[in-house]
Amino acid sequence: MFQHDRLNNELTFWQKVKELDYILLISIFLLSILSLFVMYSTDGGEILFHTKSHFSKMVVFFPLMILIAFFNIRWWHNFSYLFYIAVILLLIYVSFFGIKSSGSRRWMDLYLFNLQPSELMKIAIILCLAKYYHRVKIENVNSVTSIMTVITIILIPIIMVLSQPDLGTSILIASSGLIVLWLGGVKIKYFIYSFIVFLISLPFVISFLKPYQKLRILTFLDPDRDPLGAGYQIIQSKIAIGSGGLEGKGFLKGTQSYLDFLPEKHTDFIFTLFSEEFGFIGSVGLLVLYSIIIIRILRIGAISRSNFSRLFCFGFAFAIFIYIVVNLSMVLGLLPIVGSPLPIMSYGGSSMLATMIGFGIVLSAKINHKQMIA
Amino acid sequence: MISGNSSIRKTDVINRRMFIIGAAKVIIFTGIIARLFSLQVNENKKYLTLSDKNRIREWKLPPIRGDIVDYFGNVIAGNLKVYQLHIIPEQVENFNYLLTRLKTLLNLSDKKIEKIVKSKNKLKPWESIIVSENLSWSDFLKINNYLYDLVGVKPVMTISRNYPFSETYTHILGYVSQPNEEEILANETVQERFVPGMKIGKLGLEKTLENYLIGTNAIQRYEVNAYGKRINQLEHQKGKQGLRVRLTVDTEVQKACGKLLNDRAGSISVMDIYTGDIIAMYSSPSYDPNKFLFGISNDDWSLIRNNPLKPLVNKTLAGLYSPGSTIKPIVALSALENKIVSPSFKVKCTGKMELYGQTFHCWKEKGHGFVSLKNAMKQSCDTYFYEVARLLGVDRLNVTAEKFGLGKKVLGDYFDIEKSGLFPNTKWKKNNLGKGWVLGETLITGIGQGYTQTTPLQLCLMTAQIANGGYSIKPRIIVDNNTVSFEEAKNKFEEESLFSEEKKLFENPKNIKIVQEAMFSSTNELYGTSYKSRIDDPKYQFAGKTGTAQVKRISMRERELDLKIEQIPYKDRDHALFVAYGPCINPRYALSIIVEHGGSGSKTAAPIAKELFKLIIDRNDLRNKQKNFEEIEI
Repeated sequence: MFQHDRLNNELTFWQKVKELDYILLISIFLLSILSLFVMYSTDGGEILFHTKSHFSKMVVFFPLMILIAFFNIRWWHNFSYLFYIAVILLLIYVSFFGIKSSGSRRWMDLYLFNLQPSELMKIAIILCLAKYYHRVKIENVNSVTSIMTVITIILIPIIMVLSQPDLGTSILIASSGLIVLWLGGVKIKYFIYSFIVFLISLPFVISFLKPYQKLRILTFLDPDRDPLGAGYQIIQSKIAIGSGGLEGKGFLKGTQSYLDFLPEKHTDFIFTLFSEEFGFIGSVGLLVLYSIIIIRILRIGAISRSNFSRLFCFGFAFAIFIYIVVNLSMVLGLLPIVGSPLPIMSYGGSSMLATMIGFGIVLSAKINHKQMIA
Repeated sequence: MISGNSSIRKTDVINRRMFIIGAAKVIIFTGIIARLFSLQVNENKKYLTLSDKNRIREWKLPPIRGDIVDYFGNVIAGNLKVYQLHIIPEQVENFNYLLTRLKTLLNLSDKKIEKIVKSKNKLKPWESIIVSENLSWSDFLKINNYLYDLVGVKPVMTISRNYPFSETYTHILGYVSQPNEEEILANETVQERFVPGMKIGKLGLEKTLENYLIGTNAIQRYEVNAYGKRINQLEHQKGKQGLRVRLTVDTEVQKACGKLLNDRAGSISVMDIYTGDIIAMYSSPSYDPNKFLFGISNDDWSLIRNNPLKPLVNKTLAGLYSPGSTIKPIVALSALENKIVSPSFKVKCTGKMELYGQTFHCWKEKGHGFVSLKNAMKQSCDTYFYEVARLLGVDRLNVTAEKFGLGKKVLGDYFDIEKSGLFPNTKWKKNNLGKGWVLGETLITGIGQGYTQTTPLQLCLMTAQIANGGYSIKPRIIVDNNTVSFEEAKNKFEEESLFSEEKKLFENPKNIKIVQEAMFSSTNELYGTSYKSRIDDPKYQFAGKTGTAQVKRISMRERELDLKIEQIPYKDRDHALFVAYGPCINPRYALSIIVEHGGSGSKTAAPIAKELFKLIIDRNDLRNKQKNFEEIEI
């Protein structure tokens, strides 16, 4: 018991600084710097709005991440349900008073930037479920009550985000939630059953999709169907990436982006611009950087004593992975176009905030990896 | 410790399941990298091309047409700098203000303003509107003076076709103008090189030689953005001017022809009897082809179209005329060749000839008395040729006539409007009219009336081939690689005719000589029909045959009235014809002259020949000295 108490004792400030995962920190920092350069390129080689805005967000959120890291992981454990509920409330607020833009109501005005609560939900759901599976007994994981509870936890935000409407984010929330379920020990057969149910209900789901969403799926299946209309984005994106070649066209020399052929180059298609200018080598380099980050997070999860930390780190690592995979598959023409940003690289405050909070909690888990949570 | 045990078991589950996902992650990342590799490395070229296609836009500029020059290298169809006025809508600050300014400056009509507004709505804002295609120098200066006030206006200097000799060459060259869609699609080269504002040949050699004259486009490459706006110029590829085409025609002679015809309906052709070079080919009246370049005005067009003298018809090639008495040398030659008559054969002319109750009149009512071949030709006695034709028969006559080029196109494919004419025979009538040949028809065929239809150029060729001793020549209007001097051509005839039957048009050279002598006497001996137009100086002396082709049957009453030409309505007057060659000693040139409704050949057509021969023969030395400076392969 004595040892136990000692481990639960708060670390001093310098101990915490010492315990930070510097490899992870440096990788995140490098990625941030890189994202600034790419943003500079999307502004046409000038420091304009996007670069400035991206930079100022970075200046705020990077210290925020460190700050979060310095809070004990136990604190985050205790805070998890509250955080989830708070984000749900924000979602409700947004659905009534949110800012409407291009047909969907996702944002709330925070004066400094427009917050998109659904992005925060990507983290909140992992936190919430991690806490749930941390607390629930392994024997009860597959009980009906348990399953129903977690399904409710996942479905509430998904339905709210879908109604905004925002298919991309809700898919990402769903996959983040499902992965924690998987890690928590929900039986494989449930996953298989629900997958079969999903396949069967797919035609009905599709019939509920908005016309533009159906169009996206059709376009994904055949981008040349309407090369100047719906297929335009994916075709131009593939041209940009393909024309980058092995070494790329060079920094600030991506003709596709410079001459405005690329759509949404600041946000979802940022990788396209990066890949056009830095080529295959640069793209693989970026993936390696992401991989380092993911592996570091997984390692932190693996060394964590508490299952909460472990579940959160594994879940968050997977979420990051999913964001990357969905975004890249989309710009590479492997998936239909759903709005999904590339972590850190894409322009967008909410996405960056959510990712930075996630990194902060991971770093906190690292600092307190010996900590047990009751 | 139960909870601790549970926690450890939970940790195991989490770790195991994480491992499974970890493996899945590696596979998926590998898949993405593979996709990246396939796009960026394997298919790089394809996408690089697509990306260039995106960003690089080519602007073709109109090609510069090749010049057409006369035999001496004078440009007869060239290119001229013209000043144009363009508006670039995206640079205009106030479109309405600009239009009112331009309207007062250039006196633009309301219709024109309407057109500008219309094209502004049709074009993209960075595409220029052509306000004026051909701005006068003074207007150009005016615009330049007020340029500070005319924001968005661009004075442009460009190149346009120009015909410096205006109406002199219209029927040979034709003209260029804006093509319609069909015309673009009809020619692959045009289709490929077409740019708005480009003009193509609509008629004549400009049309036939389109692919030689057209030239290649200059290409400007620009980098454009996604909205098609030019960002910067990349490179400029120069175009090649079209090929230069040199004609065999002599501008001085051609001009003289126009002057001599003096806007009467008619045509003159002049040909080198050895080389077949066409020295002149003029159809009158003509019109100014420059008027068509920028779209002819309605007034000008209706003036040309409604002119009763039919300036739009190329009479030299597409005008079909009864040859009248100009056919007589061929009739005589045919009779001699077929040994129907001898030079001493005589016919008594009483002014008319009866056949099966039908009367065939000689032009001389009182008759010529006993005439031999030479005298019959000299005085153009119809009765003699009725009799000869009767003895000869139309089929044998047809063989000789066709040998000498009647009934088929002279210049082949160079002019699509050229007509082949007709020289009848019994089979032709049977096949085409379904009736048998009547002997009376042979008689009138013998004096160049009836079914026979010839173009002036055919008559010229026929005369040339009699003049050169009866050898076939291939007329040409374009100087090509097969250019030989006339001496070479002359020598070649005899050589070639030894091997080729086609080259030699006669059986007995004496017969040609007899016909030539008869033609000589017709011009140069007393009582000859063109005696009044003779030139005694042997340098210019020529031999010819007049012809007066009836355009309608002369009734008995009219014959008795013996009307003067002024008393007959224009449309009913005879066509005046004359064919000739000269100089009589060592002939070089043949010509044919037709004045529509000009009355008699001797009074109207022959005097023109007199003027013309002086000029042609005076220019002969010049022509011989002219070096063959440039030829193209056509």
